[in-house]
Parts: sequence; C-alpha cells; structure tokens
Amino acid sequence: MAAVKTPRQKVANQLAIAAVIVIAIIFLAPIYWIGSTAFKPRALATTVPPTVLFQPEVTPFVKLFTRRVQLNRPVEPGAYEAAPWWEKRIYDGGERVLRVGEDVQLSGYPDRFLNSLIIAVTSTLLAVSMGTLTAYGFSRFRVAGEQDWLFFILSTRMLPPVVVAIPMFLMYRVVGMTDTHIGLIILYTAFNLSFSVWLMKGFIDEIPKEYEEAALVDGYTRMQAFFKIVLPEAATGIAATAVFCFITAWNEYAFALMMTNRRAQTAPPFIPAQVGSGLTDWTTIAAGTFLFLLPVAIFTFLLRNHLLRGMSFGAIRK
Amino acid sequence: MTHIELRGVQKFFGEVQVIKDMNLVIEDNEFIVMLGPSGCGKTTTLRAVAGLETIDEGDILIDGKVVQHLKAADRDIAFVFQSFSLYPHMTVYENIAFPLRATRQSKAEVDRAVRQVADVLRIAPLLKRRPSALSGGDMQRVAIGRALVRSPKALLMDEPIGALDAKLREEMRTEIKRLHMKQGSTTIYVTHDQVEAMALADRIVIMNDGVLQQVGTPDDVYTHPANLFVAQFVGSPVMNVAEAHVAETASEARVVMPGAAEGFVFPRTLLGRLEAGGAKGDGLALGIRPEGVLVERERREGYLPVEAHIIEPLGSHDIIDLKVGTQMLRARTKAGFVPRPGEKVWVRIDPAQAHFFDAESGRSFGVRL
Repeated sequence: MAAVKTPRQKVANQLAIAAVIVIAIIFLAPIYWIGSTAFKPRALATTVPPTVLFQPEVTPFVKLFTRRVQLNRPVEPGAYEAAPWWEKRIYDGGERVLRVGEDVQLSGYPDRFLNSLIIAVTSTLLAVSMGTLTAYGFSRFRVAGEQDWLFFILSTRMLPPVVVAIPMFLMYRVVGMTDTHIGLIILYTAFNLSFSVWLMKGFIDEIPKEYEEAALVDGYTRMQAFFKIVLPEAATGIAATAVFCFITAWNEYAFALMMTNRRAQTAPPFIPAQVGSGLTDWTTIAAGTFLFLLPVAIFTFLLRNHLLRGMSFGAIRK
Repeated sequence: MTHIELRGVQKFFGEVQVIKDMNLVIEDNEFIVMLGPSGCGKTTTLRAVAGLETIDEGDILIDGKVVQHLKAADRDIAFVFQSFSLYPHMTVYENIAFPLRATRQSKAEVDRAVRQVADVLRIAPLLKRRPSALSGGDMQRVAIGRALVRSPKALLMDEPIGALDAKLREEMRTEIKRLHMKQGSTTIYVTHDQVEAMALADRIVIMNDGVLQQVGTPDDVYTHPANLFVAQFVGSPVMNVAEAHVAETASEARVVMPGAAEGFVFPRTLLGRLEAGGAKGDGLALGIRPEGVLVERERREGYLPVEAHIIEPLGSHDIIDLKVGTQMLRARTKAGFVPRPGEKVWVRIDPAQAHFFDAESGRSFGVRL
C-alpha cells in the first residue's frame, strides 16, 4: 500500500531530510578535511580559504612511510633525474633539501601502526571476554554484595584517568613495563573492563533465563549452555561492547605518550611527532591520521549488522 | 515406565516457605495437573522435579532413585516453558534437534527423530523457519517437539498455553490431550486455569500457599472438594458459599441462611451425617454450585420466593444472582429463563449437590446426600 502523504507531511519530510544533510555535512567536514589534506601538495595544505580543487598526489604518504635525511644543499640535477618516481616527490621539484637516505628506510609509522593494532585488538579481546564472563556471573547467580561489587567496578571510571597517570608511570617504571606492549594492553584492558562489565550485564540481563534452563534440562552443562545459547544471543551486545572498547584503546593518547616512546609506541603519540624540524608538514600528519581512521571505520562497518539488529526478535513471550 | 515421587519436600526462598511438606506419587503415563493460584508453589515444585530449583528438605525420586542432587541434565526430563523459549538464532529444525545434539547420535538418527516429531506435531512444513516467523501456537508446538524428541522419562509443562489467546488455547489444549493419548508419557502440567486442569488431567493436584490441598481425579475434586479453597477454585462459575445453620423440624431438616425467613428443605438424615462428620452446629458453611440452585418461575412445594438481582446472559445459559436473606446465591438457568432483574422467582437447593464445610478451617465435613 502506497503511503498517502498530506502536503504538510511532505514539507515536514523534506525539512527532516535537509536537517539530516546539514548534520551529516557538519559531522563529515573534519573527515573530509583530513582526507583531502592527505592528498594535497604541501603548499596548498594551509591556504586560506582552503583549496578545494587540486591535483591529488601521494607525496604525503611517501613521506609518511619513508625515513628522510636533511641535505645541506639542493640535490644535484643528475641525481634528481636518476631518482625513482616516489623519491622525486620528496624533492618537491628539486627545491627541497630533503631526500631519502642512501638505502631506503621505512619510517617508524608502520611499526607504530602495528603496535596500535596489536595493543587495541588484544586489549579489546581481553576486556570483552572477561567482561562477558563477569557480567554473566552477576546476571545469573546470586553474588554476595552484588550491588557493591558492581558499584566498585563502575567507580574505577569515576576519576579522569590522566589523574593517575604519574603514579601509574612510576609503578610501571618500577616493574619495568614502560614501553612494553603488555604494559599498555593491561592498562587498556583494565580501563575498558568496567565499561565492558556494565554494558554486557545489560545485554545478558535481556536474554531470558529460560533459554539456558531449557538447555540445562535438555542435557547440556552450564558451560555448554553458555557457549551455545548465551553467546550467540549476546552477539549484538558483544559487538557493540567490542566497538566501544576498540575505539577507546585505539584512540588513547595520554598514557601512550607517557608510557611508551619507541618499541611499544602506538600511532597517536607518533603522528604529531611528524611535525618535523623547522617545517610543519600538515600533509604528512593528515596522511598518518587518515590511515589511522581506517581500522575503526572498517571494524565498525564489519559489525554494522550486529550493531543495528534489534536485541530480541520475538521468539519468547513475556 | 516412569514413576515420580515427592517425599516431604520443603523449599524456602529466604524466610518464605514456598513448598510445605509436599508428598505426591505420580504413576507411569499419568497426566498430572498442578493447579493453584499464582505464587502457590506449583511452578517451584515443577522446577524442583526438573532440577532447575534445589529443595531444602525431603526427597524427589524418579523411578525409585533419589534425584535431588542430580543436575537437570542428568535427570532425563523435558521441560516446556510458558515463554516457549525457542532459541531465536536457530531454525525450527535446529531447535528440535538441539537436545539430541547433546547425545552422541548420528546425523541420520537425529534427522529421523526430528522429522518424526515434526510429523506428529504437524509442523513439518515449518522446519526451516526461524522461531520469530511462527505464530504463538506453532511456537508452542515446536517447544513441545523439542521436549518430546529425545523421548524423555517425563514431560514437565509450566503453563505451556498460558501465553496464547483464548481460541488458540482451546485448540492447543485438545492438541496436548491428543498427543498424550498418542505418545503416553508421564506428564506434570502446571496451570492456574481450572478449565485446563479439568480437561487434561488424569489427576489434579491442587495447591495453595505452598500446601497441597487435594489430589484426585477431576470428577473427584469437583464433586468431593476437600475444603473451601478447592471447592471455590475448581468449577466455573465459582461455588456459592454461604453461612448457614441447620434447624430441625419433625419431618425434615432446614438449612437457613442468615436474614432469611425460611430455610431450604433437606432430608432429616443431614443432621446425623453432619454430626458424624464432626460438625458442631454453628460455624457451618453451605457450599452449592450454581447448577445446584434450582430456579422456578412458578410457586412450588419446598421452594422459597426470592428476587433476581443481576442477570448475566452467557449465550448458552444465564447466571442469576439471587438475594437470599442477607446473602447472594448465584444460580445457573436456561438462557432467558428469567427475563429481567427484579423478577420474583422460586428457588430450592438440590440436597444432592450441597456441600458442608467448617466455616473456620474450611475443611469439608464430607457430607453428600
């Protein structure tokens, strides 16, 4: 049946669409800015008003991924001609005094990116799995002092984490966990765990107890019931919790800056360090940021069905 | 062959005792309905038999074996929940096959069992669907299918059709009865609906406040209720209960309700029978079902004149509220028998359908004339 709309409804509808478009533009503007700057020639990065039309180039990415040395004079024309295409880009038309070293070396970015992935993924897995199990326990069993425990868990989030940054740093230094992957993983897991427990408890409370009881009567152990019934039913909640935990761990800046400097450094403290000596190369920073945005976007995109799907889809009568 | 026995079962939720000294023997193939108001402990009892609830005292025996320490999974009992609780992430087929997957049966065996149960329950065309795409009745068929598929020792059902609408409920009631006659497994069925209980049960177990009130065939609990609670819980419309005292004349006994000028005529033997039953004269409650209140439009010997107060036309019959003295008696008449409220009618109580209870304790004196 076609919906018949009154003129008033049509206008309201169009206004709503216009509002959505405006909001989308506001929200997407910074992302567009980063994305476009990542492909701009350096000279156009900071023009006022911003340059919208330009010939995109990959120079910022070449700079991002290579380690460069500063030359004390412009490069020889012969050497410029002989350089490969990507190295030519760094010469900025032969006027700049930078070049890729004698042997091409990767910059620190890929390593930092990998660190970010390792640390964010591992801490997310830990926080979500521990959070799910804890939430299941709180949801299904009578725990002595349940309310107090839950409040205690939540209370770990009550003060801004930066407040404890210095004591944490001192403790980490004593046990030798500064600049280690495991150090940041533990930190981020602890940080996300309270959130994960509370969120998962909400989701698991929504799953009727009868599902497990049916499985228990039908010859399954509680563990089997948990894995075969509760986990699939909680998939939506797990996906949502994982996205949040991942974003928190992925974007964390303050602790990463303080706790790591090289081996286990993540991308967030690394990218601004590319400001460089004497020149602020915004295009390289934008390139680093642009790539850094992708994993969260991909992760969220992959889980979109779980995030959007309603919790219960009507197989239980209440 | 399954035989279930409860011996002195007690259960507390904190301070509250929800099952009080429950003793019950359930025979093989019997269809037992546990009936009572909500919160009477019937569901808790059922869950205790299934192993979903622990008990604090007493024994639960299945085939002579004490099982209260066994896990639910090891009792070989199936449970149908009021909420159906079909797994939404599985198809109907997977739902029914689920209990079999816990055993080490081959794929072909599982498939055969699932299809057989689906045929019996007439849900074969639905096997590929998800539970969310089923109607309420079909969901319950699937839930029953899941319970029956592994041929459990006993089938426990907790208000399995309570969530359905009235028409479907009647349909499913017949279906459950048909299934029990065909499959014949020991069944315990919990409900608060006495019509369901009467229709399905081999024997009804009536509970109130955690106490077992009476166990008997539907006919038994209907015609010989052990106390006022059972008398008023079973049967619709509800049995009339009125204070009364018995007066004696030369040839007959008269049961007089408070404020009434005259009493209803009963045979003289009533007095002796009451005494034998332990009645002391006062504190007597008369119980009479609406069909035991006989109504006439014309004056008749032994009938008392009363006024019709409220008439509820129910199509097949009418329920009429009659004022007798200070109390009301509800009578069941043919449809349209008394045309409007305020009419004068003549009424008598059928002695053969009267019950007498101790007004204090509610205990029946067991007098049937």
